[in-house]
Amino acid sequence: MSTIAIPQAGVHAVHRDERSFIRKYIFSTDHKIIGIQFLLMSLLFLLVGGLLALTMRWQLAWPGRPIPGGGILPDTMAPDGIILPEFYNSLVTMHGTFMIFFAIMPLLVGVFANYLIPLQIGAPDMAFPRLNMMSFWTSVPAGILMLASFFVEGGAAAAGWTSYAPLSAVPEYSGVSTGQQLWCLSLIILGFSSLMGAVNYITTVINMRAPGMTWFRLPLPVWALFITAILVLLAIPILTGALILLYFDQVLGTGFYLPERGGQPLLWQHLFWFFGHPEVYILILPAMGMASEIIANGARKPIFGYHAMVIAICAIAFLGWIVWGHHMFQSGMNPMLGSTFMFTTMIIAVPSAIKTFNWLATLWKGDIHFTVPMLHALAFVAMFVIGGLSGVFMASTAVDIYIHDTYFIVAHIHYVLFGGSLFAIFGAITYWFPKMFGRMMHVGLGKVHFFLTFIFYNLTFFPMHQLGLGGMMRRLYDPTQYAHLQPLQELNQFVTINALLLGAVQLLFVANFIWSMFRGKRAEMNPWRANSLEWSVPSPPPHGNFAVTPIVYRGPYEYSSPESDEDYLPQDRPPAARPVPAPDLVPAH
Amino acid sequence: MNWSLPENVSTFGAQVDSIYYLILGITAVIFFAVEALLVYFLVRYRHREGRKAAYIHGNTRAEVIWTLVPFLIILFIAFRSRTVWLEVKDPERMPPGALELRVAAKQFEWNVTYPGPDERLGTADDFVRRGQLRIPVNRPVRVTLASEDVIHSFFLPEFRVKQDAVPGMEIPVWFQATRTGEFTLGCAELCGLGHYRMRGTVTVQTAEEFAAWQREQSRAGLAAAN
Amino acid sequence: MFELRDSVVVLSAGLLLAGCGAGDSAGGGGAAAASEETAAPAAVVDPTTVGTISGRIAFEGTPPAGKPIDMSEEPTCAAKHPGGARTEEVVVDGSGGLKNVFVYIKEGLSGGPYPPPTGSPVLDQNGCVYEPHVLGLRVGQRLTIRNSDGLLHNINAKPTANRTFNISQPTNMETTRSFAVPEIMIPVECDVHGWMRAYIGVVDHPYFAVSAADGTFQIANVPPGTYTIETWHERYGTQTVQVTVAAQQTAEVQVTYRDQMAQNAVVPLGQPIHLHDHPAGARAGAAEGGR
Repeated sequence: MSTIAIPQAGVHAVHRDERSFIRKYIFSTDHKIIGIQFLLMSLLFLLVGGLLALTMRWQLAWPGRPIPGGGILPDTMAPDGIILPEFYNSLVTMHGTFMIFFAIMPLLVGVFANYLIPLQIGAPDMAFPRLNMMSFWTSVPAGILMLASFFVEGGAAAAGWTSYAPLSAVPEYSGVSTGQQLWCLSLIILGFSSLMGAVNYITTVINMRAPGMTWFRLPLPVWALFITAILVLLAIPILTGALILLYFDQVLGTGFYLPERGGQPLLWQHLFWFFGHPEVYILILPAMGMASEIIANGARKPIFGYHAMVIAICAIAFLGWIVWGHHMFQSGMNPMLGSTFMFTTMIIAVPSAIKTFNWLATLWKGDIHFTVPMLHALAFVAMFVIGGLSGVFMASTAVDIYIHDTYFIVAHIHYVLFGGSLFAIFGAITYWFPKMFGRMMHVGLGKVHFFLTFIFYNLTFFPMHQLGLGGMMRRLYDPTQYAHLQPLQELNQFVTINALLLGAVQLLFVANFIWSMFRGKRAEMNPWRANSLEWSVPSPPPHGNFAVTPIVYRGPYEYSSPESDEDYLPQDRPPAARPVPAPDLVPAH
Repeated sequence: MNWSLPENVSTFGAQVDSIYYLILGITAVIFFAVEALLVYFLVRYRHREGRKAAYIHGNTRAEVIWTLVPFLIILFIAFRSRTVWLEVKDPERMPPGALELRVAAKQFEWNVTYPGPDERLGTADDFVRRGQLRIPVNRPVRVTLASEDVIHSFFLPEFRVKQDAVPGMEIPVWFQATRTGEFTLGCAELCGLGHYRMRGTVTVQTAEEFAAWQREQSRAGLAAAN
Repeated sequence: MFELRDSVVVLSAGLLLAGCGAGDSAGGGGAAAASEETAAPAAVVDPTTVGTISGRIAFEGTPPAGKPIDMSEEPTCAAKHPGGARTEEVVVDGSGGLKNVFVYIKEGLSGGPYPPPTGSPVLDQNGCVYEPHVLGLRVGQRLTIRNSDGLLHNINAKPTANRTFNISQPTNMETTRSFAVPEIMIPVECDVHGWMRAYIGVVDHPYFAVSAADGTFQIANVPPGTYTIETWHERYGTQTVQVTVAAQQTAEVQVTYRDQMAQNAVVPLGQPIHLHDHPAGARAGAAEGGR
């Protein structure tokens, strides 16, 4: 390792840190601390969302049977432990809301955009550190409001995470008034948090790249997070606008979404999905970027088709804006419009396919190390294939007639968001944990957690495809009420048992996380023998990150380069004096 | 347990199912190919001491191929889907001579308005049945779908029919039963705490049975009104 | 974060009660327990002087028959009505007595304090109909809502002055609710079974009754005085009648509804009422002006 480079212009001493505890760890402007704050908060919400899901699954498997330990719940939720339909609807709604807005989105964007962007582009911090701090501390009250809504009269929002009006707009229809308003307010506040973050990420990537860090030398996580930040910046205001109108309908008696007052229920759906589909890519693009990073590292091989990967990210982000109507095929929208949206939706499969084949080709002729992050990244690819392919069924307007609003959709979204995003997140946490906390996560525990999660995950969610094909509708409190669903009840129980096991297995991750934070093996500077700049500074990096502004000489995926005797070549290592043969861009046959 | 789609009893249902099986076939091939390749690579190229990975950055020809092939496959699927989609949903292609019904959804019931023997809705001999959709076999049925409060979704699994009922809109839906029997009517869009019980029955009868029932119900309705 | 409307309701409820100077302060929404515990220090009504109002609601003409209810989709409920169920809009017995009329003292009471409410009236859902169909309740008194059918009912109460609620009972169970301010009458519906309907009258004194199957009713323990009594029927509207109660006597009241009254009947639903007009009409004018 020779990162202590010759003195350069732009040296800034790593000053001794004399900030108080509060300035250092609570109201910190350091992007690394903010990233870790987001990490702890969103993992907490991930647990909350998971518990809500398990409660729901219990009811689906054994409708009307008291939930164990449910006696502590108030009578308005579950008298004698029996879950009420209105509480079930709240569970459905809040599970989706917490997972999407308070777990997966901040885990990907809040955590890794904050932690990785400055370190990977060679910057001392974000462009606007105070804005960054504000972004985190704005998301906290949003989370508290959302949690608090469970305890107000009428309970938490119960109109689904998609909050279709008029059900969400009129308290008499849902039975929920304050909870529904808190849902709107919380997401409006959270939107401001996301916007502050997005502005910061975009500015930082554009302006603060180290010398030599050209656009096409950026690691793929930075590319993905940069494009994601643009999506956030453009999509969130649409949601915020739609939410404000919904809030007005709820509180001021306006009728933007209510036909009897001159409004249009479909307006909400158009606005929501115009935000919502880019949101889907906000939830998967960073995962793709981080999986790419881990796969190249694990295979000790340059990522296959770096430029194609970048173009695919951009293409997905662009196409993401013109496909929203595929959520509305059965909504009463003009059927001609349905055909149009089917074609744009089908086309978005192409960049996804490109990425998948490039990951496969990266593994080809590699030297694959099955580290824990690599296992998760490989699971990401394997599961994303299923999630992507099941998307083709829904994209087809004809097949969508039958599977729309059934468990097939539930299976699909979980293959993308759990099988895809969450496996990538587990991989990314394990991969960058040594950098964040200066200690390695336990490998044995990590592998056990991975394999059990992979097994129970598939046993939980794959059968949901079949539930959907059998005609089981979404958000159904008691499927046994329908004669055609009674034969599926055993499958529902099977799913629930595996979901409970899947939930239990996550305790291994929690244990590993906490144990490793304090007792894990001390991490060296570059434990994964990786190329990008964050591995050229101590673990954890000091305030200000780089003692000397790094100079970048090459792209981030120069693994197994003939230029180096080792199987990796850091971005900031100066080229050797001796001439090297031009790299062979065409595979040898 | 039945591992395929439920029985289909509508005229266009078979076409919907054929697109489903077409996509299932294509995606199954891709799925097994990709996952097999993945597993093969993982085994074949696992780490061994002293070996270095190939230093390869890409291959334009391969990348063009795996861009174009998926593109052509999905265009094919899209065109096949479009034909069936328009046959099911395009109001201008709905067959003539259909039995006209009106279904008004409300929390948490489906109210079906039937015409009397005059076959016209909006006349005095109409009658309403709650949660009972009774139709003749082998004759197109055209339903005008409306909602009085929130969004519901009119779902006939065995007919491969699904259409949201939106307040403020009147949406046409058609289907034609191919056999008599009892089937399911369900709500597929979360509509409140009774969503899971917003169900009804579809009874398909012979034309004669239906006509007799229609006459009788219509007469009983008129008698009660007077 | 409270809805504007709710805070107005809570505020006005508070003002209303404060204006009455009542010891029986129900406070804010749903404070049933509190009101029972902090109720009047002692009953001001002298039990040795109280009288009774007794009467009968008669019906003249041909009562419209109830409409048959099609319960075929709920076999459990249909089985509880061997003869077939009918709507309970107008129920008249052989002697011409009209059932389900809510009777209460509208004007003339001193304003309390009154003895605290005892017991918890039951609104039972049995055979997919409400039992009873019309129910009286004190402000703050607990209403027990019972599901005896073992299948999903939701209880969608649609008051205007009180907080609305819409709760469900997926199986055999009991839930309690209360109302914070007086209201004549609160419709209650089940959206799963569109034919189910009940009415609840909420008053802040104990002097109310619902006519029985033979049309009779009785309001006991009424302090002596002259009162305006209002009767409420869901189809034929309201009528008022004056009655004077003497100590330890029973005052008789006879009210008659006629079929023709359905045409221009005014049926109050969800109306907050001002109950405490002072005796002998001393401040009746002021009360009227206050409306």
